[in-house]
Amino acid sequence: MRLTLINVIVAVVIAIAFAAVNAAYLVWAERRGAARIQRRPGPNINGPFGLLQPPLDGIKLMAKQLTIPGGADRILFIIAPILAMFPAITSFVTIPFSETIVAKNMNVGVLMIFAFASLGSMSLLIAGFSSRNKYSMMSSVRAVSQAVAYEIPMLITAITVVMIAGSPDLMEIVRQQSPSILHWNIFPLLGNSHNILMPLAFLIFFVCTLAETNRAPFDLGEAESELVAGFHTEYGSMGFGLFFMAEYANIVIGSCMTTILFLGGWSCPFGLFPGVWWFILKLYLLIATFIWIRWTFPRTTIYGLLNLSWKILIPLSLANLLLTAGLIKVF
Amino acid sequence: MVAYFTEIYNGLVSLLVGMGITFKEFFKPTVTVAYPYETLTMCARYRGHIELVPDDEGNPRCVVCGLCEKACPSNCISLGGEKPEGGKKKVLTSYVLDFTRCSLCGSCVEACTFGAIDFSKEYNLASRRKEDFIFDLYKRLEERRP
Amino acid sequence: MNAPIELRADETFVLNVGPQHPATHGVLRVKMEMHGEYIVNAETVIGYIHRMHEKMGELKTYPQFLMNLSRMDYLGALGYSHAHVLVVEKASGIVVPERAEYIRAIMVELNRIASHLFWFGAFVMDLGGFSPLMYALQDREHILDMLEAVTGSRLTYCYFRFGGLYNDVDDDFIAAARRFVPRMRKSLKKYRRLVTDNVIFRKRLEGIAPLSKEICRKYGASSAVARGSGINFDVRKNEPYSVYPQFDFDIPVYPQGDSLARYMVRMDEIEQSLRIVEQGLDKLPGGPIMPEKKPKLIKPPPGDYYQAVETARGSFGVRLVSDGGKTPYRLKLRSPTYSNMHLFDEACRGMMIMDALAFMGSLDLVIPEIDR
Repeated sequence: MRLTLINVIVAVVIAIAFAAVNAAYLVWAERRGAARIQRRPGPNINGPFGLLQPPLDGIKLMAKQLTIPGGADRILFIIAPILAMFPAITSFVTIPFSETIVAKNMNVGVLMIFAFASLGSMSLLIAGFSSRNKYSMMSSVRAVSQAVAYEIPMLITAITVVMIAGSPDLMEIVRQQSPSILHWNIFPLLGNSHNILMPLAFLIFFVCTLAETNRAPFDLGEAESELVAGFHTEYGSMGFGLFFMAEYANIVIGSCMTTILFLGGWSCPFGLFPGVWWFILKLYLLIATFIWIRWTFPRTTIYGLLNLSWKILIPLSLANLLLTAGLIKVF
Repeated sequence: MVAYFTEIYNGLVSLLVGMGITFKEFFKPTVTVAYPYETLTMCARYRGHIELVPDDEGNPRCVVCGLCEKACPSNCISLGGEKPEGGKKKVLTSYVLDFTRCSLCGSCVEACTFGAIDFSKEYNLASRRKEDFIFDLYKRLEERRP
Repeated sequence: MNAPIELRADETFVLNVGPQHPATHGVLRVKMEMHGEYIVNAETVIGYIHRMHEKMGELKTYPQFLMNLSRMDYLGALGYSHAHVLVVEKASGIVVPERAEYIRAIMVELNRIASHLFWFGAFVMDLGGFSPLMYALQDREHILDMLEAVTGSRLTYCYFRFGGLYNDVDDDFIAAARRFVPRMRKSLKKYRRLVTDNVIFRKRLEGIAPLSKEICRKYGASSAVARGSGINFDVRKNEPYSVYPQFDFDIPVYPQGDSLARYMVRMDEIEQSLRIVEQGLDKLPGGPIMPEKKPKLIKPPPGDYYQAVETARGSFGVRLVSDGGKTPYRLKLRSPTYSNMHLFDEACRGMMIMDALAFMGSLDLVIPEIDR
């Protein structure tokens, strides 16, 4: 019993470290990537390829004073950034990177991750609400309506996958997809469902992940040309840093989930040498797509976003759910 | 119903086209100049702040006529000159340019009929103190004298 | 738009957009009375960067005031100088050599393209897309390099003189401009595919903030704001000046009046300006750039003179009242953005803040030019 507890603690610490390092270095990757797209070098002064930029930014942020605006709700104001980072990091505990590398596998992994994901929008609400700033308040109201609109199609598509696998256990979902690329849920010609509409489900899930993590083109919460900086307008110092890191940690979680649910987790496209490297490769390709999308598109409007969710994503994902259920019954 | 799906399809295609363009740009070389490490040479007609033009002996060509002083819209030039003992012409003793007020219009250069002032190519002019921008061009000329 | 609803005073709040706000691009302040995300009332507050240019015009002699004009609008500076030199030339009867007028037209059109490019980038950035700004700035950089090589400065040019020009253009400039035109056409295609056709972009602009012809006339709007609402008015065609009658170009007019129409007008104007530049380079006559006979001291005879030009931002007019002295008696500058901006108060009522700020971006505001 004691040995397993230590194992879990070590694994949890490694998971948290993975989240933090990713959050810091994705900022670097994003800045370099954006710069390449815009044909400029990006951060290249500190260290080789500017690799020392994230730790130096972190030191700078930590050295700054955390100011709390007058009239703000002090307790909630301090809790909000912690609440933003906490679920993002905790979710890593249950992500299986390979058959063996998982901190604590749960048989309801899908449920747990979505439960924590919805906690993230809570922190935006608290941050906007406690800052006593009209821009922050508007931003947090937007963030909540966005979260409500996008969790529904996201969960529906996730449930579709869970139905195909017959289990909410993330390990089990990946094992079902292991044999070859044709068993992956993105294009399942073999396997349980034979549903040719699954690419659509993948797309819906991907769009929902973008919206859920408040990324462009759905970054209405921090729409800098309208709401200055949205919910973190009043945050400085590490309070801002935590929000910033939480955003990237959420991207990693979202990409991990997409990889596990649709891209076969750690399995190889041809069934050869499955392992953690396949997972990492798929994960970072997805993250690169996130960055690529952000620097290509303009932002949607709040009603455009809600229209997209309620008029397109939810009907399509429901139709897909019904179709999948029927197909599973037939085969 | 058909319109609903064509709209979704066309929207997706337009998004993919946009992503294709940024993808191509990603692999093109950068176009910027890393400024403090690399610098560009200013073009021949670049208009920096004004500078006195020396004659062959290194003395200023200026005859202290004061045309530039009058032409300046912002009154940023003030000349000092005196007649040396025994000499006939006035000799320049100070040429103060208050660069904090100069708007680089070039009126002074055009007003000068002796070709005594010209634009410099200097653009690295940053300082924390306002006084650093009040140049005595005569002193600068003396310093440049070989 | 939404049906008007009765609101109690405690149901709304005042949102202070600006004077330091990313969307106002300068020191414009808009007091918005909001009901949630909807604007009930808006009031633009200007004057944060008022520099008394008109008064300076009365105090300074004519040549001394030349460089003030380019400080009014830092993006399309040459168009403003053009109006000033034209009105003074008209008043004092100076005849400009043809070559100088052609070079002026080429320069003004290049400057107009640069201004529209910057607007394009900033507008897309208002909508949340950052990369198009960088691409637009790259193209603009080519123009600025060309203009710098001729005029000596990159932004606040002091290039036009009464009667002609400060410098002649050289072969390098002409070669560079000839190279630039096809490159710009290629970039326009890229912008079309990257931005104009983008579904998110279109959804944000189509049908947003439709302006009627009446409201444009009421506030005296010009430029793309009027032409996007179906008013075919361009000073270059309606009250021709300089050498514009010699050029073959079209005035893009869109009847829809929404933000997309204003955007399309400006993008089409870049293409038309390229045509003018091309024709100008083909037709460029030789000869002097300054008249042989030119009064040494400019003292226009007493009278009231007016000259309007089409700048990147609309119809810009200079009214000069001279009493025969060395300085004007009165110099009135009619700035186009001032009129264009005042539409905003009336037109944005009932809009959501996102759309209102996109609408504000489509008006192409340059704040120093409003306050002048």
